[in-house]
Order: sequence, then structure tokens, then C-alpha cells
Amino acid sequence: MSDDDFEQPPIQTLPLDAWHRAKGGRMVEFAGYHMPVQYEGIMAEHLWTRESAGLFDVSHMGQLTFTGENVVPALEALMPADIAGLAFNRARYSLLLDAAGGILDDLMLTRQAEDRVYMVVNGATKYDDIAHMIEHLPDDVTLNLMDDQALLALQGPKAVDAMARVVPGVDALVFMQAAAFEWQGHDLWISRSGYTGEDGFEISVPAEAAGALADALTAQPEVKPIGLGARDSLRLEAGLPLYGHDLSPETTPVMADLGFALFKRRREEANFPGAERILPERENGPVAKRVGLLVDGRQPVREGASVLDADGSDVGKVTSGGFAPTVGAPIAMAYVPAALAAPGTRIQLTQRGKVHDATVAAMPFVPHRYFRGVK
Amino acid sequence: MSRYFSEDHEWIDVDGETGTVGITDYAQGQLGDIVFVEVPDEGKALSKGDDAAVVESVKAASDVYSPVSGTVIEGNAALADDPSLVNSDPEGEGWFFKITLSDAAELDGLMDEAAYEAFVARL
Repeated sequence: MSDDDFEQPPIQTLPLDAWHRAKGGRMVEFAGYHMPVQYEGIMAEHLWTRESAGLFDVSHMGQLTFTGENVVPALEALMPADIAGLAFNRARYSLLLDAAGGILDDLMLTRQAEDRVYMVVNGATKYDDIAHMIEHLPDDVTLNLMDDQALLALQGPKAVDAMARVVPGVDALVFMQAAAFEWQGHDLWISRSGYTGEDGFEISVPAEAAGALADALTAQPEVKPIGLGARDSLRLEAGLPLYGHDLSPETTPVMADLGFALFKRRREEANFPGAERILPERENGPVAKRVGLLVDGRQPVREGASVLDADGSDVGKVTSGGFAPTVGAPIAMAYVPAALAAPGTRIQLTQRGKVHDATVAAMPFVPHRYFRGVK
Repeated sequence: MSRYFSEDHEWIDVDGETGTVGITDYAQGQLGDIVFVEVPDEGKALSKGDDAAVVESVKAASDVYSPVSGTVIEGNAALADDPSLVNSDPEGEGWFFKITLSDAAELDGLMDEAAYEAFVARL
């Protein structure tokens, strides 16, 4: 071994690596990092998150800040979000699009100030995203990868109770709102958001304070650490797509059933990447569409399984699938032809030579429980 | 009755010409929460190493191989309704299938409990 032996990029460790191991996390490689797939078991962790609160380490994700006088129009040129119309400290889901309207990544952005946007992108795509954005952003916009920050997510119906005990005041936030907080002398950036369908928070914390904050949160009786396995089953039940599986450069926002990300002003201006393809597709309907599936029986049908039409022809693919602990049955997401996309449509799937019956279902499979404020 | 173990983490209890096959406690621990099991039908002929059953956890599907050759006498019907028996009692109630051995000499290629424990300890 020598220091210049870098042909194989080593699997990297995240700030909470030792913390996960001490908690009994079973570590696997994910997005180039050692990450915990589970602690006590995916099923128990999933159900605990739905009934109480789970702490997830999502520090593999890319935390970016963009600064500059022209940051809003510069970022709007890369995605269909209305950032100019976004109030300060409000977050929005958006999609990084290529020139043909294909999805390069999905992301969350928060407008922090007139000249400053904070963004969280997927871990597996962050370096490609950065390269794409550096190529397309004007020189007067500065991109900073905050690789000295960890990112935690506290999710579940009791997340607010635990979180507010550790960081007083966070309970004033509503879904997709964010603010700066201080905890034991450390600056935190906390948004009321997440990717489980539950109420909860995402917390950007300096790497050196991440372990202490994770300890403080898991010391709350509502909170247990939760691994990537349950994160995947929770987001699947919530109907939320996972980049690299349900979204790719081959899919457009309309095909992916993410039309809500195409903001009205941007549709009218028709000036986001791929607008000349996406806007007619939105009017006329996509050829294929992402749908939810309830699978008959108990056997999970997973990514890669084929969708069959009435003649037995292969007309689509399952992009995510598995056993849904809260639903109590196998569920999936798939791209199917428009003619098969209506909820209630009976379809067939084939996996390892075996045919499974399924029904197209409206998503989410488990209702979202975001906190949108006191009515 | 003797119990033998394969390197693929199956166990087989042998009583005369009849074997009862399941997966080991180590295997269920690695798989995690089991949500589906498909066992072979009565009368199915299996050669040693054939795919005999399917076990699916929340995360992944795995094949279970037959540790011996023979003919299936019975699949464990209880696993269809309660696949979690494989987690709670993998080397008892969570058995997969019973098989009539066609070549008892195949057992010589399997491990005894002590050898299997040593094998797992090296993984």
C-alpha cells in the first residue's frame, strides 16, 4: 500500500461512522460510503418510525450553497422551479434537467436570502450534479459543497416532541420551512421536511458536532436510530421516487408523475431545460408513466421485473418494489404505458419466470402526515 | 438423528432415509426480516445443489439449495401464512421441506455442527 495507490477509490466514511457501529448498525456500501442498512431490523425500524420517531443519517447527500447576485435566474435556467417566487427560508422540491428534459437528479432547495440558495442533492449523483452545474452556471455564481457538514433526518409523528426538547423553537416551523438554530454553540440549519411521508426535520450540523447531536436526539425516549433499509421502505410507501431507480435521464417530470414540480410561471415562460418536449407531453399525456402497484399475494416484486400487457408482451419495468411493512403487503412502483396507468387497472408482472398479478394504485400507499400548520 | 450443515447455510436433520431441511440461525440473521417463503411441492425431484426454495427478506430474494439429492415428501405449509417462523425458529418450526434421500453418501460432503460453527466464525 502506498499513498499514491488510488486506482480503486476507497469506500469513504462519514462523520457518524463510529457512532453507527457503536449502536450496532450493520454497515454496507451505499453511494460510495459505509452506511448503516439496519440496527435491530428493517421491519421494526420502519414501524417505529411510523408510530414514534426515527433518526436517519443522510450525510452522504450533497449539501450545496449557491451565492451571487444572479443566483435565482442562474438556477432557474437548470430546473423548472419558481425560485424567484419562493419566500426566504421556504423549501421546494425540484429536478435538475438535461437539455432533453431528462432528469439528472431530484433535489430540495431553500432560498436563504436574496443572493443565497441552499440545496440538498442525492449522494450518488452529487459529483455529477456539481460538474453539470459548474458547466452551466455563470461565473458570478459561486457553488460551495459543504462537505464539512453532516445531515440528519428525524422523522415520525413524535419527531416534533423530541426535536423541540433538544432544540427549542423548531416546533414553530411548518412543512417545507427552514431556519437557523443554535445548539450548544453550534450552528444548525433545520428544515421541516423529509422523505418518509411523516412529519419531521432535516438537520444540517457541523461534522464535529454530529455525534453529540445524534446522542442528544437518540437520548429522547421517542427516538431510535434507523438504517437505510427502512428509509427505502418508508419512502416507497410514501410514493416518493428514488433517483437512480424510479428517476433517470430516460424519464421526464411528466413521465415520473412529478408535474407539480413544473411551476406555473415557468410553464408560461417555457424556458427550463427540455421545455419544448415536456410542455407538449404535459398537455397530451406521456407515453409511459410512473404508477404505484399493489401486488397480489405475499411475494415481493422488485426492481427489474417486467410489466406485461394483456397479450403477454413486455411493456414496462418495475423500478422499485418490496414488502411494505405498514401496508402489510408487497407494493411497487413501475413505468407502464398510458393505457394501463389508471388506478384500478389489473396488470401482470413477471419476475424470475413467475407471473404476479397486481393492481395499479394511487400513491401514496400510506397517507402523508406533514405538518402544515395549526388550522 | 444427525444434523449436517452446508456452506450455503442450510441444515438437514437425517433420520433413516428422510431429511428435514431448513436455513441456519446465522442465515436468517443475515437475511433479516423474512416476508415470503416458497417451498417445493411434494414429489419434486431435486439434485444436490438445485434451487429448492425461495426466501425473501424485506431487502432481497435468496435461493435455498437442496443439500442432498432426493424427492420432496412435504413442504412446510406453515411458512406461507407465517414466514417469520424462519426468523423466530429457523432450526425448528421454520423448517422448509422434507426429502427422501437418494444417496446418503452425499452427507459426507457436509459439515457437522462444530465444523459449521467454525466455518461461520471465519466469515
